[in-house]
Amino acid sequence: MAEEVLRVKDLEVQFKTAEGYLSAVRGISFNLKKGETVCVVGESGCGKSISALSIMGLLPANGRIANGEIWFDGKDLVKLRQDEIQKIRGNDISMIFQEPMTALNPVFTIGFQLCEPLRIHQNLNKTVAAKKAVELLKQVGISEPERRMKQYPHELSGGMRQRVMIAIALACEPKILIADEPTTALDVTIQAQILDLLNELKQKFNTSVIMITHDMGVVAEVADRVIVMYAGEVVEEGDVETIFNDPQHPYTQGLLASVPNVDREQEELTAIPGSMPSLNEKIEGCRFHPRCPFATEKCKLQHPSMTMIGNHKVRCWLKGGQVSDDNINSQRDAL
Amino acid sequence: MFAMIIRRMVQLVFLLIGITFIVFMAMHIAPGDPASIIGGPTATKTDIIQIRERLGLDRPIIIQYLDYLNGLLHGDLGISFQTNRSVAEEIWIRLPNTVNLAVASVIVSILIGIPLGIISALKRNSWLDVFSTTVSLGGISVPHFWLGAIFILIFAVHLKWLPVGGLHAPFWTPQGFKEIILPAITLGTGSAAMTARMTRSAMLEIIRADFVRTARAKGVKERAVIWVHCLRNAMIPVVTVIGLNFGGLLGGTIITEQVFAINGVGRLMIESISARDFPMVQGGVLLIATIFVVINLLVDIVYALIDPRINYD
Repeated sequence: MAEEVLRVKDLEVQFKTAEGYLSAVRGISFNLKKGETVCVVGESGCGKSISALSIMGLLPANGRIANGEIWFDGKDLVKLRQDEIQKIRGNDISMIFQEPMTALNPVFTIGFQLCEPLRIHQNLNKTVAAKKAVELLKQVGISEPERRMKQYPHELSGGMRQRVMIAIALACEPKILIADEPTTALDVTIQAQILDLLNELKQKFNTSVIMITHDMGVVAEVADRVIVMYAGEVVEEGDVETIFNDPQHPYTQGLLASVPNVDREQEELTAIPGSMPSLNEKIEGCRFHPRCPFATEKCKLQHPSMTMIGNHKVRCWLKGGQVSDDNINSQRDAL
Repeated sequence: MFAMIIRRMVQLVFLLIGITFIVFMAMHIAPGDPASIIGGPTATKTDIIQIRERLGLDRPIIIQYLDYLNGLLHGDLGISFQTNRSVAEEIWIRLPNTVNLAVASVIVSILIGIPLGIISALKRNSWLDVFSTTVSLGGISVPHFWLGAIFILIFAVHLKWLPVGGLHAPFWTPQGFKEIILPAITLGTGSAAMTARMTRSAMLEIIRADFVRTARAKGVKERAVIWVHCLRNAMIPVVTVIGLNFGGLLGGTIITEQVFAINGVGRLMIESISARDFPMVQGGVLLIATIFVVINLLVDIVYALIDPRINYD
């Protein structure tokens, strides 16, 4: 079994609002093994990006990690000082973002922005860093890399900018790459290219990847393991085949049913009724029950914990769920 | 870029012709006759008619204007009614003092305004932010003449740290520096306040930008995130405000020079307006307008230097 590179334990993230602190991520736990790609899926607002930003120590000013541990390389990232985590960001753990059009600084050249992590983390001088940067651009499939170095972001297309972002993220050969919906803003043809590139580079550097997405197509393409999140919780976790072939949680089933399939032309797409609850909505019992077609009385009253079913985990009363160890959920709602 | 500069220069010529026309007409329409001021209270009607003839004021106004324009084209700003000396010469003597004051004020406004705005944005809603926003609002609201008078009272009359007035050397010399401090702060305060407010709002916007998050994700130190990644982006609107303020500062020199007894173009303008010294006023306004337009051209050039997306060709 491959060694574990990251372990997230009971991570709880809160945001300061007019109504006090509200939890956006409610005690999620998962681990990541060397060379593995874990996809975190869920609708917008389920807390997947926030979880990723917590790992990077990049929560917005009004957010805080209220609870939990993030273990990497023998250190709990939650407890590190700013200057300590700065040494890890972009070096051991890198991140690429959804919006390549705005993720690069418009007033600096590609070369400057690409050399920055090399100069910070590897102490390379200007010439050596520039040389390596050209190499990186070549690796991510950018033509005429020497010329691109002197260009500004606005002179590049969206796909090219995302390639540059990938080059920046991989510059220091990180152990973990977090990709937050890296293809969402791109054309379909470019999407496939970027995913292929990520897969190829991942294999080359043996990087572990956390891919955040709401696109089940992307999941099928890249994932080894899948974590399904709903309203700040992990509701199902398992390897990609199990999740696609034998989804257990009604939410996962709903997500898969809402993906169009060319083979089933006649079939109408099924949408999950309702919408993701907002942070300040108080939900008793299972957080999915208001939208769940199978909800029972028990689902409305008691919060289920994760249960092993075969080789994957699910949080559902219908699948033999157990009472949450502590009634942590209702406590949080009371905050 | 070069084509843009040429285009703007051509525009400048037309703009200045327009300005001369408006100022010329305004001066002539305004009540008060230069001839009777020059003649003094004892002058007879014939004396005044003679003076008018001598100054060419008896001719139709359009002819006078065309004559003036013709002079301008030959680089002649005319002769002062009051001193009988060349307008260009009179302005030229006083210009260094005014430029000294204006430049020193811009420096004051940048040195105070930009750091204050950055601190405000970084420590948003802290007491520092509240303090600087309040001071900024005060700075914008307080009139120059009052602030100048208070400064003189405190720092020159009571504490005797700085001279009461006058300016006899460039601001970078020790004497000039001492003399310029109070006038420059007086004149620069309003503009510093505007710069601070603009810097604050621009920084607040930029700090939330995606590329700032990218910079942090790369492991860039917080100080470099602010001073390298944020500041250059935030400077685009700030430079606009500084450029526009410069125009306000030139106008402001008129009052500040008066308060601090600085022999500059501003003070010359006030004296000339009360004496109905038409050529002098026209020359002064023309000069200020030209400086203003040129500064704005410089601002546009600076834009292109800060932001590679701006391309004038």
